[in-house]
Amino acid sequence: MNGDVLEGSLISIRSDSDIVAARQAGRLLARRIGFMGSDLTFIAAAISEVARNIVEYARHGEIELTLTHRGSATGILVVARDRGPGIADLQKAMEDGYSTGSSLGMGLPGARRLMDEFEITSLPGQGTIVSMRKWRA
Amino acid sequence: MQVPILKQGDYLIALIQSALTDADLLRLRDDVADRVGTFRSRGVIVDVTSLDVIDSFATRTLSTIAHMLKLRGAETVIVGIQPDVAFTMVQLGLTLEGVGTVLDLEEGLAYLNRRTKEHGKP
Repeated sequence: MNGDVLEGSLISIRSDSDIVAARQAGRLLARRIGFMGSDLTFIAAAISEVARNIVEYARHGEIELTLTHRGSATGILVVARDRGPGIADLQKAMEDGYSTGSSLGMGLPGARRLMDEFEITSLPGQGTIVSMRKWRA
Repeated sequence: MQVPILKQGDYLIALIQSALTDADLLRLRDDVADRVGTFRSRGVIVDVTSLDVIDSFATRTLSTIAHMLKLRGAETVIVGIQPDVAFTMVQLGLTLEGVGTVLDLEEGLAYLNRRTKEHGKP
């Protein structure tokens, strides 16, 4: 067993194949943490959406996957970082169906619904950081 | 990873066998639109049984495929959306509005037989 994967991993996001790699690594880590059933798919899909946002808007960035604890709870922490153009209107970006690109505008609000915790910080011209957690049932 | 597209009588079957990148999905869209013309197909089955995630991009592309093929005179049916995948799509707020979806390949063939018969064959 790979110790790095058990503790977490950092995936560079530069192209659409990295989106697949990130969500597969997320599913693998989640399974090793003890997530089961639809939670695995939820986590993989949420990673897919934030990774695609990096490729579409920032061109490149990274996704960090780590095991996280709070009290007696165990979960997965997904952090997506880029130094892209940032998001001018965060509130609008979190609304279903809002998109400045060619997407459906369901990515970020959808990812928020799939995870237990979701935080986004973005500064125009400096980049975007999305942190999301899901706790094991 | 290129998706094999099999010809089965008047129908085409796109058999997705592994995780697809966005580029793979777009290639599938273009390939299937081409083949419908080449083989004068009346129906297309897209088998997504092996997809473990259908995110917003995949949903949009599957929907585009179905609507494009409709304009080319062929019916499309998506088969094999797994339960966890369906649950996730609902949570993401994704729908395949106006696109035929059935349980498996067998149901897919039955669906296309019904749909293509409605229009009648010359």
